[in-house]
Amino acid sequence: MTASEVLVPTTADEAVAAFGDGAGVTVIGGGTIVMPEITYGRLRPSKAILLGRAGLAGITRNGSTVTIGATTPVAELAGLPAPLGPCAANVGDPEVRGQATVAGNLCAGQGLAAPRGDLQGPLLALGAVVRSVGPGGERSEPLESFLPERESRLILDVGYEEAPAGAWVCLDRPHTHDYTALAVSAVRASDGSVRVAATGVAGHGVRLPSAEINADDPEAAGAAATADVTFEDDALASAWYREQTLPVLVRRALAGLKEAS
Amino acid sequence: MNLTVNGLAREVESGPLTPLLRVLRDELGVHSPKVGCEQGGCGACTVVVDGAPRRSCLLPVGGLEGAEISTVEGLGTPDDLGVVQQAFTHHYAAQCGFCTSGMMMAAQAYVDGGGTDDREAIQEALAGHVCRCTGYVKIVDAVAAVARGDSFDLTVTAASAGMTSGGDLQ
Repeated sequence: MTASEVLVPTTADEAVAAFGDGAGVTVIGGGTIVMPEITYGRLRPSKAILLGRAGLAGITRNGSTVTIGATTPVAELAGLPAPLGPCAANVGDPEVRGQATVAGNLCAGQGLAAPRGDLQGPLLALGAVVRSVGPGGERSEPLESFLPERESRLILDVGYEEAPAGAWVCLDRPHTHDYTALAVSAVRASDGSVRVAATGVAGHGVRLPSAEINADDPEAAGAAATADVTFEDDALASAWYREQTLPVLVRRALAGLKEAS
Repeated sequence: MNLTVNGLAREVESGPLTPLLRVLRDELGVHSPKVGCEQGGCGACTVVVDGAPRRSCLLPVGGLEGAEISTVEGLGTPDDLGVVQQAFTHHYAAQCGFCTSGMMMAAQAYVDGGGTDDREAIQEALAGHVCRCTGYVKIVDAVAAVARGDSFDLTVTAASAGMTSGGDLQ
């Protein structure tokens, strides 16, 4: 189990310098996703960064802005309001949540046979902004535009404006070891606008604009949402099943949002 | 690099990406953490790292400089079992024993963290641990007994008492 170079930065600046343009770098936060890849020989890093001691953990509040450091354990989000808190509390089990990091969850590549990156949904719905480094240096951008490039950049933190109302619903997991097959997040922002996002559809988490424009009519929003996504089969659920259940989850999320508003 | 394992300072020579599980078992001769799935899904390798239960198969040792690791070897000795070990013995909470080390370390962290004898809370705390003998009822009985502060008579088991609490848990 050797890599030619393993770095353990002790400050954010050291982490940024170690990552550079990210070429050939394997970043290990909590290790919950990357370590099995290494153990099973699917990944042989030539350069690895162990991020746990770089001082990138913690949740800070400045007025209504919440900023979550890259290596904040998922467990620390569990007490936040919906959609983020309930979603975080539904990731893995208590030990995995204590170890897995927010940035690891956001950057998770496509799983072997299941969707990953549950937190992408709530943070898309919250309109989160990701601050990252990588090719071209540091930049801040909406999570939506970050996600397609998530595997080539190092997240420093992710921030969002607290919202007056939020809701999160999912297909129940049969066991803590399973990923969540499908989940929907909905947020009503301070300006009254509604954002809806899903995880567990093809690829990474996505906004559901057709549901958003029908947000006042949960039934219609659910029916419209299927036009926004591509469904895929995986080990957890078929594309057909996801297509049948997405409208139900959108409807429940928007009904929950109305109750919370 | 250096770790403290069950109170003893240990020097580690394994490469930094070696999982803590392999360091404990293969380099340091600490064999209670079990090699189960090696992908974080079974709980058998759970140890306590700086006070928190962690999957040792998922932790690269290079990130643990100076960490304090506790394993079952640190809970007690055969002649002087720790209270969690006593509870698992008295309540007959081990069958094949493969999950027991991880279960006991998660249980120890749970009661050390002020966990109560609430069965749902115990099930949540142990949710990441798989017992393929499906002996969960007695495991929850044992952890609840420790949380209540019971004392244990190791000359008898509470098998019959444990049976009466069955049926409320899959």
